[in-house]
Amino acid sequence: MKVGIAGYGAYIPRFRIRVEDIARVWGADARTISSSLRISEKAVPAMDEDTATIAVEAARYAIMRAGIGGERVGAVYVGSESHPYAVKPTATIVAEAIGATPELTAADYEFACKAGTAAVQTCMGLVGTGMVEYALAIGADTAQGAPGDALEYTAAAGGAAFVIASRNLLARVEGTYSYTTDTPDFWRREGQAYPRHGGRFTGMPAYFKHVCGAAEGLMRSLGLEPEDFTYAVFHQPNGKFPRVAARRLGFTEEQVEPGILVDRVGNTYSGSSLLGLAKVLDVARPGDRILVASFGSGAGSDALSIVVESPIEERRQLAPSVEELIARKRYIGYAEYAKLRRKIKV
Amino acid sequence: MKRVAVIGVGLTKFGELWDVSFSQLFVEAGTAAINDAGIDGSDVDALYVGNMSGGRFIDQEHISCLIADYAGLTPIPATRVEAACASGGLAVRQGVMAILSGMHEVVVVGGVEKMTDLSTERTTQTLATASDSEWEAFMGMTFPGLYAMMARRHMHEYGTTREQLAMVAVKNHENALHNPYAQFHSRITVEQVLASPLVADPLRLLDCSPITDGAACVVLASEERAKEFTDSPVYITGSGQASSTIALHSRERVSFVDATYNAGREAYARAGREPGDVQVAEVHDAFTIGEILAIEALGLVEVGAGGRATEEGETSIGGRIPVNTSGGLKAKGHPVGATGVAQVVEVVLQLRGEAGGRQVDAEVGLTHNVGGSGGTAVVHILER
Amino acid sequence: MGMMSVPRFWRNTKARYLMVGRRCRRCGQVYFPPRNLCRRCRRRGELEEVRLSGRGEVYSFTVIRTPPVGFERSAPYVMALVKLEEGPMVTAQLADVEPERVRIGMRVRSVFRKIQEDGEAGLIYYGFKFVPVDEDDVQGE
Repeated sequence: MKVGIAGYGAYIPRFRIRVEDIARVWGADARTISSSLRISEKAVPAMDEDTATIAVEAARYAIMRAGIGGERVGAVYVGSESHPYAVKPTATIVAEAIGATPELTAADYEFACKAGTAAVQTCMGLVGTGMVEYALAIGADTAQGAPGDALEYTAAAGGAAFVIASRNLLARVEGTYSYTTDTPDFWRREGQAYPRHGGRFTGMPAYFKHVCGAAEGLMRSLGLEPEDFTYAVFHQPNGKFPRVAARRLGFTEEQVEPGILVDRVGNTYSGSSLLGLAKVLDVARPGDRILVASFGSGAGSDALSIVVESPIEERRQLAPSVEELIARKRYIGYAEYAKLRRKIKV
Repeated sequence: MKRVAVIGVGLTKFGELWDVSFSQLFVEAGTAAINDAGIDGSDVDALYVGNMSGGRFIDQEHISCLIADYAGLTPIPATRVEAACASGGLAVRQGVMAILSGMHEVVVVGGVEKMTDLSTERTTQTLATASDSEWEAFMGMTFPGLYAMMARRHMHEYGTTREQLAMVAVKNHENALHNPYAQFHSRITVEQVLASPLVADPLRLLDCSPITDGAACVVLASEERAKEFTDSPVYITGSGQASSTIALHSRERVSFVDATYNAGREAYARAGREPGDVQVAEVHDAFTIGEILAIEALGLVEVGAGGRATEEGETSIGGRIPVNTSGGLKAKGHPVGATGVAQVVEVVLQLRGEAGGRQVDAEVGLTHNVGGSGGTAVVHILER
Repeated sequence: MGMMSVPRFWRNTKARYLMVGRRCRRCGQVYFPPRNLCRRCRRRGELEEVRLSGRGEVYSFTVIRTPPVGFERSAPYVMALVKLEEGPMVTAQLADVEPERVRIGMRVRSVFRKIQEDGEAGLIYYGFKFVPVDEDDVQGE
């Protein structure tokens, strides 16, 4: 059975903080950070936003583009590492807020930054086996970096939602391949406010090994080469990693640049590769082939090969594009940022 | 309607009364009223008390029983009446109705609120229960916020200015200088009002009535029984009460308080009077805009002209229709449940000629008490 | 903590999340927040569920500077009376907007946000707020 994307939606909070405004507080050199991470600013959630509100906004746009009522959705999976509750799913809040309750299945996922693509794969399985007609996969996060840590420059907020179905498609998924191992490159223990990471260990043994492993495995299993793809979208923890991965795999700048938004939005964790995919779907043409490879610390990568279909040109107008969301912004300083991210204990 | 006599009045000082408890407040006001009436406690047939929230302020419900007990008035029937900030006015009306029904002949009506035993935050939270708890307070709305939105609408529709609102507070503070029971005895200026901190734009700190402890009490009697105690009582000749929607967002109009209008109409009709007959009025200025809305809906000034009338001194002592000679809720204080009764006390003193430095020449007076943002209103007409 | 209880909030989830109100089949009046009795027709009325669009305009507004319990971190914030396009008026916070830019008549649309939460361990209460429709009305850089 053909399985693919019937609708997609994105949401990026409005506030932005610039790298230099964080660097100044910690006495770091903004220019070095900016050029080594290839990021200039990141998105910060408002006081009244969290992973659930981001997921709901993205989900509403996704079902708008799918042209269905929320009651048609038979499954909701939300992947995040900043679910509002440790116990009580984000997925049921989303399900209620789109009018999908009570006839559906739902659950939350955690797998660092690849929880969203894991949700996509689950939805593909439910739809592909005929268990569910429309399934909603969401990756969203309001990531936190410890004050003064390198991650503080990139940990950002945002999310994307995908309605997976077997008809009414804007794009079909022709294959998926995952590469998963137990690799502790980045983690957070229960009860801890901020994560810990392995510094340079997060590079070759983690990100690159799994992303390249998944992308190569996907292409091999489908008998495809890099030149068969119009776009390549990678998980974006910073501006450097996805571009290096692209080069290693044999993708060109033209293929990878359109899917990159980390420089202006930051690393939206579970939303990262999915937002990159949404950004590409905003401009892709029917027949274009897109490779997506997520990466979640712990570690794993899910790769998808997606072929765009003709209904996309009309239906993508039904909700704001990623570029429109990026353009809606207001700058804040470190003090307001610290208050919003509750780094100041009240 | 047949008239009901007010044969005695009494009240406590209004303010932050740390040494005084809830029941002490009522006993003080009550004994003052009974002394003023020249009756004995055994003459009292029934007791009505207005109190907004004994439960939240002092963890005490069953207020009526508490008061009858501490006043030494058991076993007479005692009833607590509640309509948020209109509790006192409602209690007065209940007392009036009890007498007009023939059920009782001498009735003590009091109002009492002890607000300072809680933190300011908790007090504010309690006052918010006068609004729609689910759909106004829960969404982040506050009491000043509601009146602020009414003010903004009034400014938008009628061109009422920020200065005109401030003049209400200035006038009432001026009046309170002559009221020994008032919470504040301080003159303020328009500039000071406009420089005071914003509470809910456009309302500032000095636009808002304070948090106050206090009690007020009146003794009512049928016209026939009153003759035993006094030659020249003041009479309540009209009474009106009306309800409206609890939430401001459900009202037909946000810049006009329909409950006030309806209560006023009933009161005037029963008294056989018109707005033009009123010569002194105590109205509900929980916020400065409240006084402007009140005098318009009561027909004392044209709708939309409340700000201008205040600015031109029409409602000052010496003006065409003196309003809030006591200092109003703003300067006299606003112990929520007591306010409606205290308003009656003031008008009675005015009509008796016992208002000292704030005396005006009046034979017909009016009291106006509102609950919430206008969900309840109660009006009484008093005459010599 | 505010004064909300779990069952009381839960009972209103459809209204708070989806802006589902009521419409009287007899007189056509739309109610939001929802009611169980038509104010006009009372027992003769027949109420049915109706989902509102979330579009409306600002009828009046204020900026809350002395916040109530539970809203301390948010102050100052804009509260408004929003007149919805179906007729009813609702009380809600305006988000994503500078207080100075708010005006009576400004067109708004609903968004899904946190309304308040019961401390660090209690429930998070979600619901609707409104943002300007016009990007020009929102805070620029």
